[in-house]
Amino acid sequence: MTQATKKETPLTLDVFTAGIWKENPVFVMMLGLCPVLAVTNSVLNSLAMGIASIFVLVCSNALVSALRNFIPKQVRITTYIIIIATFVTLVDYIIQAVSLDLYNKLGAFIQLIVVNCLILGRAEAYASKNSFTKSVVSALGMGLGFTLALVMLGGVRELLGAGQLLGYQVFSTQFEPWVVMILPPGGFIVLGSWLLLINYIQQRKTGQIIAADATAHCTVKP
Amino acid sequence: MSTPENQVPEMPSSTKLISTLAVVAMISGLLVVLVYEFTKPIIAENQRLATERAIFKVLPKAVSRLTFVVENDKLTPADDKTVGELVYAGYDKNDQLVGIALNAAAQGYQDTVKLLYGYQANSGCITGFDVLKSTETPGFGTKITTDPDFLANFKCLDAKVNPEQSGLIHAIKTVRHGTKQHAWEIDAISGSTITSNAIGRMLNKSGQALHPIITKNLSLLETAKIQSKNK
Repeated sequence: MTQATKKETPLTLDVFTAGIWKENPVFVMMLGLCPVLAVTNSVLNSLAMGIASIFVLVCSNALVSALRNFIPKQVRITTYIIIIATFVTLVDYIIQAVSLDLYNKLGAFIQLIVVNCLILGRAEAYASKNSFTKSVVSALGMGLGFTLALVMLGGVRELLGAGQLLGYQVFSTQFEPWVVMILPPGGFIVLGSWLLLINYIQQRKTGQIIAADATAHCTVKP
Repeated sequence: MSTPENQVPEMPSSTKLISTLAVVAMISGLLVVLVYEFTKPIIAENQRLATERAIFKVLPKAVSRLTFVVENDKLTPADDKTVGELVYAGYDKNDQLVGIALNAAAQGYQDTVKLLYGYQANSGCITGFDVLKSTETPGFGTKITTDPDFLANFKCLDAKVNPEQSGLIHAIKTVRHGTKQHAWEIDAISGSTITSNAIGRMLNKSGQALHPIITKNLSLLETAKIQSKNK
């Protein structure tokens, strides 16, 4: 019975927001770090990669969830890969149609969305066990969380590495760009810094709760 | 309740497994074909625009162009889809030849660098280039499009064809930054030597092979636009 009731949990706002903050794919679950490090050398690239990932994540999760009672366990991974690869191919064509420049900038990383463990992971861990609506909402949240993380990295790297944001000059020409920031090591440095900051904030939050608990207990006692 | 999770579920028949995969593969195939058919003309148009933009960038005076393909020392009219070494001739408002755009490629620091460059057959000058494909290191190899000293090499880079029409009089060569002495030498960017060298190599290779052919067929290129209009 417990299993049945677990499946029936209603659709709440938490399903959507979990992916953005509490279970952020990049900052908390550390999934799909390859594109995170590789394409975030500018905000535009990050945003394009994020949108492409949202599309693949939402569509593949929707289809996996819709077919979840139909797919036998033994061939589920194969089926998921076919579904994901299909949507990645679609994104590949669509981006070429939208802008060849963007397509050339993102390079092989569009095709590599196929092996982004975030997408396969969500199909296996969530979409295959939850209703269509919930899977789509959760995928949307996860996708937005992923995009947010990409843009947070891309923003810092473009600002420090080129003195620009979205191609507009922010710093004066006197500013000497930190070229390392748009090179691969910059990806690691910025990701590490964001993780440090976010973990610090979360630790302080839980620390405050524990402290508040402790004082509450103290006041109860004589 | 149903079976506990750790128990191995019963194996479904092979027919069911195969039919599941077949159905999913069919849905997937259908989607891919639909989107492919829909985006194909748009992508082709984008590619045409990208080529055209590059041609008009290296030949700023051109307003129209014709495509040719190189076939054993001859140039024959072609379109962008033709396989082979393509040569683009740019024409101004009065259908006069203003320059020729040629492809060149060589191994750079990370991967092949591909360029389209403008060539003035009458003066034998290479007058500019546009990077078609490059994965060079940002901030170093990418300077080839921004460094003013480097771009100054291409005001008129000497690529004159020798009297025997077998190659260039002087091979194009990249020299160390600050040591350029002749019009056929390219002053390298310090810190981006490998990319600078790649540019010298690719222009030399393309120049040695193609400039004599262009010189031989110059009258064809000069009159091609007017003739194509008269037809």
